[in-house]
Amino acid sequence: MLKKQAYSTGNATVCFDEMLNEDHTPRAPYRTLFDWLLRQTPSGIRAKQAEADAIFRRLGITFAVYGSAESNERLIPFDLIPRVIAAAEWRFLERGIEQRVRALNAFLHDIYHRQEIVRAGRIPSDLVNGNDAFLPQMMGFDPPRGVYSHIIGTDIVRTSEDGFFVLEDNLRTPSGVSYMLENRETMMHLFPEMFAAHRVAPVERYPELLRQTLQSVAPAGCDGDPTVAVLTPGIYNSAYFEHAFLADQMGVELVQGADLEVADGALWMRTIRGRARVDVLYRRIDDAFIDPLNFRPDSMLGVPGLFDLYRAGRVTLANAPGTGIADDKAVYAYVPDIVEFYTGEKPILKNVATFRCSNPEERAHVLTHLEELVVKEVHGSGGYGMLIGPRSTRQQRIDFAARIRANPSNYIAQPTLALSTCPAFAAGGVGPRHVDLRPFVLVGDRVRVVPGGLTRVALKRGSLVVNSSQGGGTKDTWVLED
Amino acid sequence: MLGRTASSLFWMTRYMERAENIARLTQVGHRISMTPDSTGGYREDWKSTLASAGCLDAFAARGTTLSAAEAQRFLVFDRDHPSSIRACLEAARNNGRSVRTALTREMWEALNSTWIAFAAIDPAGVGPGAMAELLDWVRQRSGQFRGAMLGSLLRDEGFHFCQLGTFIERADNTARILEVKYNVLLPAYEAMGGERDLHQWDTILRSLSAVSAYRYFYRDRIRPRTLAEFLMLRPEMPRSLRFCCDFIAPSLASLATMTGGGTQSLPVGEALASDMRVADLDDILRGGLREYLGEFLNRNAAVAQATAADYHFD
Amino acid sequence: MRIAITHTTTYRSTGASRAIQALRLTPPAGPSQAVLSWQVRTQGAGAPLRYTDAFGNAVELVASQGPVTDVEIVAEGVVETTETAGVVGHTGEAMAPAVCLRQTRLTEPDDAIRTFAESCRRHGILASLHAILDGLHEQVAYDTTATTSETTAAAAFAARRGVCQDHAHIFIAAARTLGIPARYVTGYMLTDGGESVAHHAWAEALAPDLGWIGFDPANGQCPTDRYIRLAIGLDAIEAAPVRGMRLGGASEQMEVVVSVAQQGQSQSQSQKQQ
Repeated sequence: MLKKQAYSTGNATVCFDEMLNEDHTPRAPYRTLFDWLLRQTPSGIRAKQAEADAIFRRLGITFAVYGSAESNERLIPFDLIPRVIAAAEWRFLERGIEQRVRALNAFLHDIYHRQEIVRAGRIPSDLVNGNDAFLPQMMGFDPPRGVYSHIIGTDIVRTSEDGFFVLEDNLRTPSGVSYMLENRETMMHLFPEMFAAHRVAPVERYPELLRQTLQSVAPAGCDGDPTVAVLTPGIYNSAYFEHAFLADQMGVELVQGADLEVADGALWMRTIRGRARVDVLYRRIDDAFIDPLNFRPDSMLGVPGLFDLYRAGRVTLANAPGTGIADDKAVYAYVPDIVEFYTGEKPILKNVATFRCSNPEERAHVLTHLEELVVKEVHGSGGYGMLIGPRSTRQQRIDFAARIRANPSNYIAQPTLALSTCPAFAAGGVGPRHVDLRPFVLVGDRVRVVPGGLTRVALKRGSLVVNSSQGGGTKDTWVLED
Repeated sequence: MLGRTASSLFWMTRYMERAENIARLTQVGHRISMTPDSTGGYREDWKSTLASAGCLDAFAARGTTLSAAEAQRFLVFDRDHPSSIRACLEAARNNGRSVRTALTREMWEALNSTWIAFAAIDPAGVGPGAMAELLDWVRQRSGQFRGAMLGSLLRDEGFHFCQLGTFIERADNTARILEVKYNVLLPAYEAMGGERDLHQWDTILRSLSAVSAYRYFYRDRIRPRTLAEFLMLRPEMPRSLRFCCDFIAPSLASLATMTGGGTQSLPVGEALASDMRVADLDDILRGGLREYLGEFLNRNAAVAQATAADYHFD
Repeated sequence: MRIAITHTTTYRSTGASRAIQALRLTPPAGPSQAVLSWQVRTQGAGAPLRYTDAFGNAVELVASQGPVTDVEIVAEGVVETTETAGVVGHTGEAMAPAVCLRQTRLTEPDDAIRTFAESCRRHGILASLHAILDGLHEQVAYDTTATTSETTAAAAFAARRGVCQDHAHIFIAAARTLGIPARYVTGYMLTDGGESVAHHAWAEALAPDLGWIGFDPANGQCPTDRYIRLAIGLDAIEAAPVRGMRLGGASEQMEVVVSVAQQGQSQSQSQKQQ
């Protein structure tokens, strides 16, 4: 199944492979897996792959693809070969992530209060106060325990043995954790012998930790066990499976806007026994849609008066409205400064160098180096609206240059990173494929990082785009214990 | 439990039951069109099939000419007809999907895999032979779903909303089939006698999967009187009106106990069930069979409405 | 000056199953006004939920359970005003002044407003603000029929007519264009009758040393001791004294009656709008 020589030459460009050293020997964390791969046959792997696909389809783990009318529910391809992270590597990542989320929460608290970081001249006022992701209505409000973003997904890429970079922070409503959990379940079902041969840190406590985190940020006036509910836009949302999955795993209600009402100074859900109070709402609806009385009046997904209730301290929203300012792509370039400003420490995890097209000099550099850069829309997501310079055509670059000139502040650019590769099952056997990593962090009474995360893999040879909407897949991520 | 959850469970099982009933009716229609001409030709038979499925008007509104192929396509595959098998399976699955957390994994897998497999079928590729097989498959899947539910679902409120959906839909379906064919069940009809009648009675039994059950139970040839008794009043017959009511009333009572509610639904459900227990066929025939069935349909619908009001469905 | 106010809002709806209103009906205390007595009563709704929003407005959220018929909201009290030549000063709310540089859907300027704003640029912020005030009073006629509550600053400026809301929006759009933080104020005004109205709106802009200063472009002046500030926001929607939603129901009518009178004198006026 695995042919060492073919695997080693499988990378289209020079980059760090997480399994094999340059001399074709396996790196330490991959030794056992490497031996196992050598023993596998193509037909055996294919049978397991078919079994895995059947499990996912039966469970209804699908996602909706925007803009494709027919068969709008698809499976995210699942790759059988796990990605392995050594205990020491994980400890490093964990420290870095924790530092970063603490700093970003401190940043949110600051910019919604005295804005010391702006007064200190460390970040431009307009970047914060003029930013669409900044929510003026949040100013002066103290969320329970001072936590704004309770659930965070930090996108990390690797370029060398110890070269880890944060590509993106997701502090709004990050998704993907259900894949982390179901991928693990599926792997344990398919390959029990591999788990016997490795000491893989468990991830299945995540739902319990999530519930504890949410309950720990209940409003001050809440007595007894706080009631948590998950608010979903409904079954047509691309992440509906995850909303239902998390509610189920936490043992709480999955609600839609129409199930909720604001009355008598509290949030209620309508049950078969009449109304029941909700203290903490894990909302998976974007800010603009949570409350038609305060935000978009045409929203049918939210609850009128919910934001008033929140500001009055009668219900907790997780994540808080207005957290998007901290993962705004234009603010991203300042995160190292933000970490230093609030923690007094050097950032443990590095940022990717970022050119802001709003700055004339940086824009000029971007426009003359489009072939080497990745250009992203500041407000885009899901891999839509981006240009990958080295893989682009001349015409695409001409079009993008025009778009940048027309609306410079909407674009940033970054050097194309040589993302690390991991072994993935491919038509011709096992080949190296580019990956990224999204660990999930919970912030409540304390910070909880689950050892693992969602590894997204670009299943096309040489491709750097790992987004599921663009042909990416997922893998189980194994953090080894010492 | 959320009111919306109760609503979705109720409608999930209703739609699954309806899919099964439509499959059975379509099978009977399919079978009739293969037997020699009866009274008005196959058109009349398909008309009565569509009427039994409660969608004759909806079909007529399409303006398409009635043919065996067209009637079957309408009943099985039509995307815009809310009671086609396709629409029922999709609605059942979407209701289930919206309350995924209230279902067991077994139920969800049965529901989801049925819809995925059905949605993948190309109607143009389904010939007469394959159609019979497909309809059998739909019935099997409905049975599998119900089996998963009975075998895995906790007996809490959710279970009873599922039961209510199933039996309110089934009672509705049986009453409609009888209402469409009430004339052949009248004593006066038997007096006319003949082979043709046997065919009509056989059709009714097949529509309710009750041919061999009837034979086993009565050990006699089919007579309209016993047929009416069997399908309306026998507690042993799992698709009879009485049987359905015997399941509806206890579920309403359990819900009332569990929630401390049910002030509207329990009285109407129990009244209907107790009336069915003491009902006498001669009384019914004297008062008019058609009128009786019409009243039953109304009372059955009233139970559904009262349940929705009691448990905050809307 | 001691001024008594009664502000009554009545919603009449048929068949609504639920209704909810956020009220910004309590005047703030400040250098230009002291609140001697004030209360807000709501009939036909549950107990209010109170909190202070980012602009420092005292908000009351009231919800009615169906079937909702009439909801009557009465705000009344007595306010003692002081003549400050429009200066409100630093009011201490949580909102960062820089946020008041943001344009909203209703204030988003077009080229005409930008050109107008540039033509008002003077040496010094105060002089620029007064140039905008005078320019608008001159160029935009008071006309109660030309615009609606949804009209944008750009549309009203193009029509060169509108009501106090439109004047305030254009003023704010122009001030922000010049880089001066500006915000919308709703309140009351004691008038001598005639064309002016009791329920009024104007703008406030920030001068570095003085703090917030009021500008009433509809009347071409800075607020006097005849003005009472009620609520603040980035635009008319945010500063609305009553913002409501209802669920279901065929129709809804809102009626507002405001009476403003100087205490101890017979002078009074009221205004009705539907």
